[in-house]
Amino acid sequence: MHKNILIIGATSAIAQATIRLYAEQNANLYLLGRNLEQLETIAADAKIRGANQAVFSALDVTEYETHESVLNEVFEKFITLDTILIAHGTLPDQAACEQSVAVTLQELNTNALSTISLLTLLANRLQTQQSGCIAVISSVAGDRGRQSNYVYGAAKGMVSIFLQGLRNRLMPYHVHVLDIKPGFVDTPMTAEFKKGPLWAQPEQIAKSIINAIGKRKNTLYTPVFWAGIMFIIRHVPEVIFKRLKL
Amino acid sequence: MKLSGWGRYPQIEITPLKPAHTPAVQSMIAAQANSSLGLSGLVARGLGRSYGDSALANTLITTQYLDHFLAFDEETGILHCASGVSFAEILKVFVPKGWFLPVTPGTQFVTVGGAIASDVHGKNHHLDGSFSAHLINLKLMVASGEILECSATQHRELFLATCGGMGLTGIILEASFQMLAIESAYIQETTWKTHNLAETLVLFDEFQKTTYSVAWIDCLSTGKQLGRSLLMLGEHAKKEDLAEGLGEGLQTAKTGKLSIPIDMPNAVLNSHSVKAFNSLYYNKIRQKQTQRQVHYAPFFYPLDSLQNWNRLYGKNGFIQYQFVLPKSSGLEGLTKILSKIAESKRGSFLAVLKAFGKGNDNYLSFPVEGYTLALDFKIDSTLFTFLNELDSIVLDYSGRLYLTKDARMSEATFKQSYPLWEQFQKVRAQYGAEKRFNSLQSQRLGL
Repeated sequence: MHKNILIIGATSAIAQATIRLYAEQNANLYLLGRNLEQLETIAADAKIRGANQAVFSALDVTEYETHESVLNEVFEKFITLDTILIAHGTLPDQAACEQSVAVTLQELNTNALSTISLLTLLANRLQTQQSGCIAVISSVAGDRGRQSNYVYGAAKGMVSIFLQGLRNRLMPYHVHVLDIKPGFVDTPMTAEFKKGPLWAQPEQIAKSIINAIGKRKNTLYTPVFWAGIMFIIRHVPEVIFKRLKL
Repeated sequence: MKLSGWGRYPQIEITPLKPAHTPAVQSMIAAQANSSLGLSGLVARGLGRSYGDSALANTLITTQYLDHFLAFDEETGILHCASGVSFAEILKVFVPKGWFLPVTPGTQFVTVGGAIASDVHGKNHHLDGSFSAHLINLKLMVASGEILECSATQHRELFLATCGGMGLTGIILEASFQMLAIESAYIQETTWKTHNLAETLVLFDEFQKTTYSVAWIDCLSTGKQLGRSLLMLGEHAKKEDLAEGLGEGLQTAKTGKLSIPIDMPNAVLNSHSVKAFNSLYYNKIRQKQTQRQVHYAPFFYPLDSLQNWNRLYGKNGFIQYQFVLPKSSGLEGLTKILSKIAESKRGSFLAVLKAFGKGNDNYLSFPVEGYTLALDFKIDSTLFTFLNELDSIVLDYSGRLYLTKDARMSEATFKQSYPLWEQFQKVRAQYGAEKRFNSLQSQRLGL
C-alpha cells in the first residue's frame, strides 16, 4: 500500500528532507507551497527517488480564502490522507517587529493564524475519516517567551496550544496529532546565524519526524536533547527569567 | 566559520552563501558585483573535497541546497540533476535500479558540479576518459546572471573551459550525463603483487583492456624494490558470476561509521610508522595474484569508510601531491621522483599510481596519456621547498600537477605545464568571468 501524504510548506528544508524519506517508501505525495517552480523540482526529485506519485499545486498560506478550495482538490485526488505535515513558516526579524505593528501582525499571520486556519479544515476531514496523523512543525521557541524572539515564540506557542486541544478533541476518532518542536536547524531560513554544536541538519530532523509519526508521539523535541534544555528553561522562575539575556 | 579544502590547508574565515534555488544564485551574483568585494572573487563550492584552495574565495556559493534529481530516462540511462547532487546520493538511488556512475574519483563525497569543475578521472580513465566525456550538457550561470546551456556543440568553447575549469567560468547549475548499466553492485577484483616499478608499468600495459586498474605503491621501498606495488584490477561482476548469498546483488553500501574524532598529534605520522604501514600493506597479499568479489564501495572508496581521515595528518594539514608524466618518460621520471621521496623519508600512507589514456580538448583538464601518481605529505616547515624540487622534475619531463589537489604550485609552474591557459583566459574574458569568478587558487596562479 502506498501511503497518502500531504505536505504543506513543501519547499522548506525540513519538509524537503521528509519528502525524500517518504519518496523512498514509495508514498503518494501531495506538495503545497508558494513557489511553483521549486515545487516542480521537488516533485521530480521525489519521483526519481521512488515516490509513487508526486503532485503539487500552489498555496500561499496567508490567503485564507483559498485554503478550503485547495484542500478540496487534495481530497479529490487522494480521498483519504495517512499523514499531513505542516511545515511552512518564516523567521521574523524581532527588532523589526518591535518597531512595527504591521510586521508583527504579518508574522503572527504566517506562523500561527494560517496554520490554525488549515488545521481547522483538516481536523474535520480527519475526524470524518477517523484515521490519520496531523504533524505540525512548531518550535522550542514556543515553550517560553524570550526577548530575542518572542513574536516567533508567541506564534509557535499559539500553534502548540491549539494542537493540544485538537489532540484532545480527535482522540476518540483515532486521529494522531503530533507537535514537532525542533531546536536550531541549519536551513536557508537560518543561513545568517552562526552555527554551533547545538545545530542539527534537516535530514536528522526528518528522520525523527517519521519515527515520531510511527510511534504516535504527542510532542517531539528534536534533536532529543532539546527536551532537557526546554525542561530547564520552562522551570526557571519568572522572577529570575525576566532578568536573563536570552 | 573556518573553512578549508580537504587537505585543511589553507584555512580562511568565511560564511558561505547557501542559495535555496536558482533565482537566489542570480541575486547573489548580482549583489556581489555591486559590493566592494566585487573584484576580489566568488566561486562555487560543493562538498569541499578538492584538497587545496580552489573552493576558497571571499564569496563562496555552496550548492548544498541545489541537490535535486531532475529527470532520469530509464531507457537510455541519462540522468539530469542539479549540480549539488553528490555521487553518494546518485549511487544510493541508482545502484538498486542497475545503474552506476560512468566515472568516479576515489571518494563518493563529491558533487556533480565539483566533478565537472575538476573534470574528475577514475580507475577507468585509460578506456573511458574523464567525467566530461560522459556529459551530454550542462547549465552554467555566467557573470551576467544569464543561464547558458553548454555542450560539445553548444557554446563549445565555454564548455571546454568549464569542464576542468575549477569553477572559474561561472556557477554550474545542472548537468545531464550518461550512466553506466550494471548487473550487480559487485566488482570482480584481481590483485597482482609486483616487485618493482618496471613490472608495475608492464602490467598496466598488459591489462589495458580491463575496465578498472590502479596500483598502490610502497613509496618507501628503495633499490631493486623501488616502486613495488599492488596492482588492483576490476570488472563489474555479472549477475551469473555473483557468489551465493548476495541476494539481488544491487545493494548499496552503508556509509562507514568510523571517524577520526580529533587532530592526530604530529608524532603519530612519522617515517617509521609510515614505513611499517607500507610494509604491512604490501605483505598483506602473499600470492603473486589473488582474486575476490568485492562490493563497489570498498573497491572505489576505501577511505570513505573512515570519516575525516584528513585529520590523520594533524592540525597543520597535508598536501596531496598528484602529478602526471607523459608515457614516454614514465619509467625514468617516476623512478627519479620515487627515489627522491624515499631518500627524503617523507613517506605517504597511500601512494596511488594510475595509467591514463588519451587526454581531451578541455583547456585545463589534468589527464594526459601517461602515468599519474598521487602522494599525501604532512605539512611541515620544509615540505614546500621539497615539493618545489619535485615540481622541477615534473616540469623537466613535461608533466603537470592536478589543480584539484594543488594548494601551493607557482604561477610559472602552472603556466608552463598548462599551455592552453591563455585560451582559457580568453573564454573567461568573453563571458565576463575574469574579474568575477576567482578563487584563492586562481589568484595564486595568475588567472
